[in-house]
Amino acid sequence: MTAAMTLTPNQTETLVRKLTALADDEIILAHRDGEWTGHAPILEEDIALANIAQDELGHAGMYLELRRELDGSDPDRLAFFRDVDGFTNVRLVELPKGDWAFTMLRQYLFDAYEALWLDAARASTYAPLTEVAAKAVREEKFHLQHTALWVERLALGTDESHRRTQNALNELWPYTAQLFQPVQDEEGLVEAGILPDLAGVRGRWEALVVPHLTQKCGLMLPAASAAAAAGRDTHTEHLAPLLAEMQSVARAVPNAEVW
Amino acid sequence: MTAVQVTPEQVWAALAAVPDPEIPVVSVTDMGMVRDVTVDGGRVSVTFTPTFSGCPALHVIRDSIGEAVRALGVEDVEVRSTLTPPWTTDWIKEDARERLRQYGIAPPAPADESPLITLDPEPTRCPRCGSLNVRMTASFGPTLCKRLYVCESCREPFEGFKSV
Repeated sequence: MTAAMTLTPNQTETLVRKLTALADDEIILAHRDGEWTGHAPILEEDIALANIAQDELGHAGMYLELRRELDGSDPDRLAFFRDVDGFTNVRLVELPKGDWAFTMLRQYLFDAYEALWLDAARASTYAPLTEVAAKAVREEKFHLQHTALWVERLALGTDESHRRTQNALNELWPYTAQLFQPVQDEEGLVEAGILPDLAGVRGRWEALVVPHLTQKCGLMLPAASAAAAAGRDTHTEHLAPLLAEMQSVARAVPNAEVW
Repeated sequence: MTAVQVTPEQVWAALAAVPDPEIPVVSVTDMGMVRDVTVDGGRVSVTFTPTFSGCPALHVIRDSIGEAVRALGVEDVEVRSTLTPPWTTDWIKEDARERLRQYGIAPPAPADESPLITLDPEPTRCPRCGSLNVRMTASFGPTLCKRLYVCESCREPFEGFKSV
């Protein structure tokens, strides 16, 4: 509340941009996870993925509350009434859910990034972000345990499960680079100690996931592709149909007060 | 109706009777969710902290806290939430842990000991026979705060609290 007073207008604008990007990643990934509800391979996993999606939405809610403190915006309006051009999620999270290996591997790659980003964000000089990071990182570690185990199980399971996991890695790996691309002017907030340095987070992320994927799980890392040049304002054709479904109820009854 | 004067002790006692909506054998104070109670004349304000950020029971807990204080005759009640310090299962009271165990839920292990980023789950003891020879059958349970296990010694399935 009072911490907002110490930010310059440019810092505020950049922080709003970053908080929105963080929230958008969570919202879109949670929706993709939610698409498995009623369709997961076994009941326990149906429940687990719904739990994970719920946590991610909880994190999105916290980021958007921080944004509300800065610019007075309404989290529900942002989630349900922005069009595809307004969303700033990474393309990794909007790809269709694919098979179980694809969903688990994507969640694993994202969870590891999120857990390490949050871990670093606990040292933020912006107290409201420090508080949110300290809260969310405790939840994220359970996601990471769960999805790391699934990646192992699938990669070391049968020939078929290994083949599918390798295919998923081949498709997903090039998309992970975008997780570590800063938003416009982010470096200023890194210098001020408000946001973690993404290069540092990337180093820790690679040190965690690369040995796990290659040595423990026996998967082959695809050759690094050219870095994704396009920013968070560029999406695949898959985001618009997702939003159409996700936002349909809110838009059909825009004045609803009780859900 | 005139404003009623209450003491913080009376408010705490009232809150001790507010059950956790998802685990009714423990109260919101047993869980360590109530962080502060202040009484200022006829005005009472209660600060609580959520267990999990996406917990769907939060609004129920908030309403129940408000109702419990109003039931003391207090009209001016404020219920606030805070994220700091973040809730930890270490705040669950000793006697509440025993009630959880009797209810069939393995109480959480100390949260301080587990490293923050780890790929391995913490050891868990069967709430019925005490064996550590248990197998996790689902790392997420019916609520955000629990996981599912089967005891390999007594064969009982059970829920276990995550250590947070």
